[in-house]
Amino acid sequence: MNILSFFARKEPSASVAKSRLKILLAHERGNDGADAALISSLREDILEVVKKRIEIDADAVHLEMDRSGDTTTLGIDIELPRSA
Amino acid sequence: MSNATVVVVTSGKGGVGKTTSAAALATALAKQGYQVCAIDFDVGLRNLDLIMGAERRVVFDLVNVVRGEASIKQALVRDKRLDNLYLLPASQTRDKDALTDEGVANVINELRMYFDWIICDSPAGIERGATLAMRYADEAIIVSNPEVSSVRDCDRIIGLLDAKTVVAERGERMPKHLLITRFDTDRARLGDMLSVDDVVDILSVPLIGVVPESKDVLKASNVGMPVTMADEDCPPSRAYSEAVQRLLGEDLPVTIPSEKRGFFGKLFKGRAA
Repeated sequence: MNILSFFARKEPSASVAKSRLKILLAHERGNDGADAALISSLREDILEVVKKRIEIDADAVHLEMDRSGDTTTLGIDIELPRSA
Repeated sequence: MSNATVVVVTSGKGGVGKTTSAAALATALAKQGYQVCAIDFDVGLRNLDLIMGAERRVVFDLVNVVRGEASIKQALVRDKRLDNLYLLPASQTRDKDALTDEGVANVINELRMYFDWIICDSPAGIERGATLAMRYADEAIIVSNPEVSSVRDCDRIIGLLDAKTVVAERGERMPKHLLITRFDTDRARLGDMLSVDDVVDILSVPLIGVVPESKDVLKASNVGMPVTMADEDCPPSRAYSEAVQRLLGEDLPVTIPSEKRGFFGKLFKGRAA
């Protein structure tokens, strides 16, 4: 346990709920499926590029989007075969 | 022309108190002397009949009327205690496509001729039953619990109300009212539950009432009485009655009724009945 987690506990769960909701809803309003479309086309593109050099499976490319506060990060995880 | 107002009671999420609220509000409106009809849109899983204590008198239902197998007057079930309160029950069919847009439009148009208030009890979800329940509404009551999943689903529903209703398609804004149910003042004070202000702030819909979590609601549904009929002095009943006052246009500050009667509660007790 570090000292940060000790202080973090003091925040009432209701305020955590409120900020989670605000971030989520700000994103969901007017973004009906746009992210999903972006992620899947990005995934296709990445797969294409990697495949030029390495033989990989179609489901070896994982994309993850993380929205927190004002920033959104995109995590790309590509599983390579043993022989590569 | 009719002056009827069609109100959809909706939430997206299930189990937040739509049916309880629809029954309680319809009853409170009927007690004000209006001709009121409550419609159950939850085809396949009807329950408004049970909450209103009319389950044994259901013969025809909304689907029969939509399909032309029964007239509206045949299908309407009159309340045994209030003779200006009616129920149009949902059907128990498993056919998800039983309701059609045109059929529902015809039913609502006819009901507008007979009633002052038409309360549409929406099913959970965002499928046909829910979209048809809101489609012809003039106003919406959005029911939310002070809980993250419920608030999120209400936000989705607000989006649908502003896009998929006849009012929205005419380019007008659907008037919306937020009804917070199952509220626990103590837990909100401790910071364990979203506060009323939090929910109002997130959804940006004007508040019409806060119904406290109460054992009186279950007691009322056990015996098949809308809570506003079973015990009009209990905290949830007072919350619903006040919500109806606001729906009728009164400018009444929102309170959270509690068990304990304060000085003002005692003062106005005689007037409530």
